[in-house]
Amino acid sequence: MNAINRNENQALSRAVLEIDVANHPGVMSHVVGLFSRRAYNVEGILCLPVGDGRQSRIWLLVNEDQRLPQMIRQVEKLEDVNAVRRHHADHAVFTDLEAFFQA
Amino acid sequence: MSETPNETLTGAQITVRLLERQGVRLVTGYPGGAILPIYDALGQSTAIRHVLARHEQGAGFIAQGMARVSGEVAVCMASSGPGATNLLTAIADAKLDSIPLVAITGQVPKAMIGTDAFQEVDTYGLSVPITKHNFLVSSTEELLDVIPRAFAIAASGRPGPVLIDIPKDVQSRTIEVAEWPAPGQRVMPAPADGMALAEAASLIAAAKRPLLYLGGGVIHAGASELALELAEISTLPTVMTLMALGAMPVDHPLSLGMLGMHGAPYTNLALDECDLLIAVGARFDDRATGKVAAFCPQAKIIHIDIDAAELDKIKTAHVGIVADVAEALTRLLPLLPENPRAEWNARIDALKAAHPQPLPGVNDPRSHFGLIRAVAACLDDDAIVATDVGQHQMWAAQAYPLRRPRQWLTSGGLGTMGFGVPAAIGAALAAPERTVVCFTGDGSILMNIQELVTAAEQRANVKIVLMNNAVLGLVHQQQTLFYGQRLFASEFQSMPDFVAAARALGIAAVDLDQAANPCAALADAFARPGPCLIHAGIDAEQKVYPMVPPGAANRDMIGAQA
Repeated sequence: MNAINRNENQALSRAVLEIDVANHPGVMSHVVGLFSRRAYNVEGILCLPVGDGRQSRIWLLVNEDQRLPQMIRQVEKLEDVNAVRRHHADHAVFTDLEAFFQA
Repeated sequence: MSETPNETLTGAQITVRLLERQGVRLVTGYPGGAILPIYDALGQSTAIRHVLARHEQGAGFIAQGMARVSGEVAVCMASSGPGATNLLTAIADAKLDSIPLVAITGQVPKAMIGTDAFQEVDTYGLSVPITKHNFLVSSTEELLDVIPRAFAIAASGRPGPVLIDIPKDVQSRTIEVAEWPAPGQRVMPAPADGMALAEAASLIAAAKRPLLYLGGGVIHAGASELALELAEISTLPTVMTLMALGAMPVDHPLSLGMLGMHGAPYTNLALDECDLLIAVGARFDDRATGKVAAFCPQAKIIHIDIDAAELDKIKTAHVGIVADVAEALTRLLPLLPENPRAEWNARIDALKAAHPQPLPGVNDPRSHFGLIRAVAACLDDDAIVATDVGQHQMWAAQAYPLRRPRQWLTSGGLGTMGFGVPAAIGAALAAPERTVVCFTGDGSILMNIQELVTAAEQRANVKIVLMNNAVLGLVHQQQTLFYGQRLFASEFQSMPDFVAAARALGIAAVDLDQAANPCAALADAFARPGPCLIHAGIDAEQKVYPMVPPGAANRDMIGAQA
């Protein structure tokens, strides 16, 4: 798939979630576990610490699906999650990384 | 805050002290190598009594029985590896029924984690999807933060189980404690939205055929009285989920009893006709709704729940209110005028008369319904009724006169066979002044029969009514109705002598089949304090009726004719 097609595909059917979390070894499995147990594929994952390192930010690229609002509510319920923000699929966080994901 | 500044204590001593400060007076569990430091410290505690189960799953369900009866967070403990994996079923069960538990597991020392050490398992990873939250404690200092937080999380919002996995070296290491944290307490959620409450009140006022639909959240919130007031002020016929039984006395004129797969015919038919459904602390579980598209097809929906993720999950609400249901109902009540709804209640009465719950043999104590009613006749409303999972559970839900919240302990969401006996023991430990009856079956009891030894050791006042039809009743029923009567793996070829087994495990036992007068034998068994097994043979051909076939609409019930 070339980059243009990928972007078009994303714009049509994908969403980007920005999730502020406590930074510790289990938090990623809590978040992605909510998706995997529902057979809901996560297309892209980025995670880095922010500020003094006690918090991290997870970026997820996921398919748009009627289950997404429920997924977001489930993520918001997690004890280690402080905030969830939903963006369009053309958000720069993943599009700027295209160069690292050429086949 | 601290009594003695700068005490030098091990992690195990700190754990026990934090439990004491939390007000815990009873814990249940099973020791093993990786949790021995905590057990050593627990043995020195004069405030906390430890009840030794005979299997970790038994310990988990004993704790559940304590929590379900008291509404308080209950604590269970197990060692690493198989100890922890044996706890998992009871934890998953607590998650689905929103029961507040703190489960403490030992773990291999930190330096050995990830080396496939003896009795090492990834307890943290295994418990992620079945807990409300979980912790792997990485330092002794962290215990001072983690343990109070675990109690606060378990009790706040929608209650649930929290697991704390503590490596052995974290338990053994000593640190200086200068100050103790405040015990973890329930944190109240934000109040209900006033606009939404006003909107709900106007929908209720405008409705011609409203129904109140109560779920387990009403019990957890201590909101049963308020729900009853709501029903009475607006004359709302009321259905309850399996988890809500007891929220409204089943013989209250407005009660329609349990809805759903094994609800009474008039109950499911009334839901079909309602124009407004007021769901309080309920989650539209598939056993309650049947085929969702056909559930209350004409109704607008008001949904009040403490868990925002439950709103619009299954059914979209016209008015959704995220709040503690007690707080929301307290503020909703003054907004509602009295409303007699004579026409709708006359229609409900007509449905009740035309489509009653079939109760064959209810006056014969040697039949399933008759036995349940005969047991109820020996007891008053102070008694606690626990069940295992199967036909006996549904028959008890249909026929036992439940009249108060926290009277009824049953595994609803997970449907765990083996729940009944240990949960009943936990209930008896938490409420020693009450009689606890446990309805069980010949399949379920074998899944945790070892806990009869615990019942004997604790002299728990549990009366276990074993309804023995020598088959796996609900499987037998489904194979008969939906699998061409091909009975496979549902008929037990070999049956233990349950009366002799109970006596061998240390408790009294009586066989009603051998009693000349079963009611007198029952009364005699209930009159004696302490644990007792009451064995009764049941006809294997009896079904739980009515039954909505899996995936069908609730109006399409099998066996609805009396």
